[in-house]
Amino acid sequence: MKHLKATTFLIAAALAGQAMAQEAGGRLDIVVQPEPPGLMLGLVQNGPTQLVAGDIYEGLLRYTTELEPEPGLAESWEISEDGLTYTFHLHEGVTWHDGEPFTAEDVVFSADVFLRETHARLRASLAYVDTIEAVDDTTVVFTLKEPFGPFISVFEVGTMPMVPKHIYEGTDFATNEMNATPIGTGPFKFEAWEKGSFIHLVKNEDYYIDGLPYLDEVYYRVIPDAASRAVAFETGEVDVLPGGSVENWDVARLTEMDGVCSTGSGWEFFAPLAWMWLNNREGPTADVRFRQAIMYAMDREFVRDVVWNGFGKIPTGPVASVTNFYSADVPQYPHDPDKAKALLEEMGYDGQTVRLLPLPYGETWQRWAEAVRQNLSEVGINVEIDAADVAGWNEKTSQWDYDMAFTYLYQYGDPALGVSRNYTADRIQKGSPWNNVEGYENPELDAKWAAAATMTDAAERQAAYDEIQKEIVEDVPVAWLLELEFPTIYRCNVHDLVTTGIGINDGIRNAWIEQ
Amino acid sequence: MIRRFASNKGAVIGVLILLAVIALAVSADLLFPRGPWAMVQRPFLVPFSTDGLPLGTDTLGRDVAAGLVHGARVSLLVGLVSTLVALMIGVPLGAVAGFYGGWADEGAMRFTEFFQTIPNFALAIVLVAILEPTLGSITLAIAIVSWPPVARLVRAEVMAVKRRDYVDAARLAGLSKFRILTGEVLPNTVSPIIVMASLMVATAILLESSLSFLGLGDPNAMSWGYMIGAARTVIRSAWWLSFFPGVAILLTVLALNLIGEGLSDALNPHLSRKGTA
Repeated sequence: MKHLKATTFLIAAALAGQAMAQEAGGRLDIVVQPEPPGLMLGLVQNGPTQLVAGDIYEGLLRYTTELEPEPGLAESWEISEDGLTYTFHLHEGVTWHDGEPFTAEDVVFSADVFLRETHARLRASLAYVDTIEAVDDTTVVFTLKEPFGPFISVFEVGTMPMVPKHIYEGTDFATNEMNATPIGTGPFKFEAWEKGSFIHLVKNEDYYIDGLPYLDEVYYRVIPDAASRAVAFETGEVDVLPGGSVENWDVARLTEMDGVCSTGSGWEFFAPLAWMWLNNREGPTADVRFRQAIMYAMDREFVRDVVWNGFGKIPTGPVASVTNFYSADVPQYPHDPDKAKALLEEMGYDGQTVRLLPLPYGETWQRWAEAVRQNLSEVGINVEIDAADVAGWNEKTSQWDYDMAFTYLYQYGDPALGVSRNYTADRIQKGSPWNNVEGYENPELDAKWAAAATMTDAAERQAAYDEIQKEIVEDVPVAWLLELEFPTIYRCNVHDLVTTGIGINDGIRNAWIEQ
Repeated sequence: MIRRFASNKGAVIGVLILLAVIALAVSADLLFPRGPWAMVQRPFLVPFSTDGLPLGTDTLGRDVAAGLVHGARVSLLVGLVSTLVALMIGVPLGAVAGFYGGWADEGAMRFTEFFQTIPNFALAIVLVAILEPTLGSITLAIAIVSWPPVARLVRAEVMAVKRRDYVDAARLAGLSKFRILTGEVLPNTVSPIIVMASLMVATAILLESSLSFLGLGDPNAMSWGYMIGAARTVIRSAWWLSFFPGVAILLTVLALNLIGEGLSDALNPHLSRKGTA
């Protein structure tokens, strides 16, 4: 029987073992960029919201940097042998921030009622779920219609945050006035939000794990300009710069300062992978030889070293190397301009201009587009950069009005959660920039993606994904550019900041400051 | 007149600088045949540290000197073309308003005021953002925000000139109003227009640079403003990336201003200031 179990005893022992070193107390100032649109994690799940609300709300499970599930609100769990029944045993004595007890009924309400309505990404996974039942106050059972390999990965706080039934049941979720003062079970409680300035969280004194959290309070500081954020860190005004909050050129400078540490860890669950959508429907990019030529023409190492200051990893294909079921055994595309030229000649490329749409996220992405244009023009491809703001980028990609377009997407730990959506024909839907925007159609692979998602045996799934990766890399549906690494920069006296696969989103629980 | 212009040292220096910039712009493809975007060396090379790269390299290892020379083309082209377009709008409108008076004047001036009340730069940003940044749309936007002063100047000049005796004489001779305007009045307003135009080119270059600095430049055209905008994020570690294009803009705009001043003195002898250097 496939059996995953962790007990409170082990955790308590582990915590007791470490407790010697940790010091309680203190305040942490973290940059949040941009200011989140809201903090009700069940309603909004963009990056800044997850950063702040990941400490207010909790999921049933947490995930290590190796993406192994660990206890969250569920202290243990079992998966039946047929992969259809997931049983979770919740922590005893958990209360919401307003004092109400947290029970299995809240889990059923969150997953089956609230998030089914509000959370599009989770809804796709819940389609595999037949019933969600509360057996008693601390036991919940998810029964699936058919096995779904990545199901154990959907209990992360940003994917399935637990929301309070006693506040939301029977109300209009989007307009409930409690959304402004979020109530969760997490280690920190919402205290105040000064719009345009800061969000203030304070320690949850009644947190169900004794001794946690260590910090007294956390301030998330809103500082709109990248250079000002760097200065705020230099002057000691903030202690933590989450990944992506300063320009890459500043990262090197700041990390060289005394007493400053940085880590690239804490993004494993998301594994942001950057690529260029290549329009598979029309123009030169519809020809697989042209797409392969693009891969050979690009000097991806140069961009990693220069534009990203050495952060990140060159991807081999659609699955990031930190995501489960990655395979390195695929056709390789080294920087080889001659090969690119030969491919272009073979297809008879006539010099038709192709448009390149950069991601409008600042200087780094603009430079990146310029470097790619230069690489491509050196093998004879005529490239023109389109200019667009964020709204324009959304419009052009979701309406398929582009030849090549930069993007990056999260993988959520499993190919069936965050990878296949970009390559299967059933995800070709105009109007969204997050699905199969390139218009790649390969019925044979579609069947393999679908089969791999419902396999329960890990080795079997690995074999299936190995095969898929090998084949899809040959077709180059999109031009994979870089496994992005967003280093978190912090003062070295802050310890245990990044301990999970989603980094500081839920990491403040364990963080402590050496006085 | 040429002698008067030549005796103005500032104006001569202006002409020399401008000629040098034009010469560089024209020969850009000969000097830097690989274009301004080629990534030729390691990034962030300090000026004068590497043979063949006197001004160093930028964030992507592109030659700053190549960027400057190719950028001169964009700046001059946008400056000249947008000024011509602005003149083509402003001169006829101002002439009609000043010459015919009455409702034509009222209408034209209200129309002009409508454009004048909106801050130049804000309007230019809005136009470029709506039209999507290309060299064409940037030139058009700059022209659209710079014609109102031309219209007002021409109107005032025309109103002054049309009361002269020779205009009355022409009218008595039976010339049509249109013939009088184009044949007798307008030619006598040319000198202030020329002076203004030379200053407008300078303003247009600054406007283009500002737009590019804000990231609203044509992403396919290397310009001075773009270079400074791109260098903004690294200004503390790589000063030369914003310094050299900044100097280029300063010199060119200064040259155009000196020329404008020289022209003004040369074309209006009775206004010429005593003690002009």
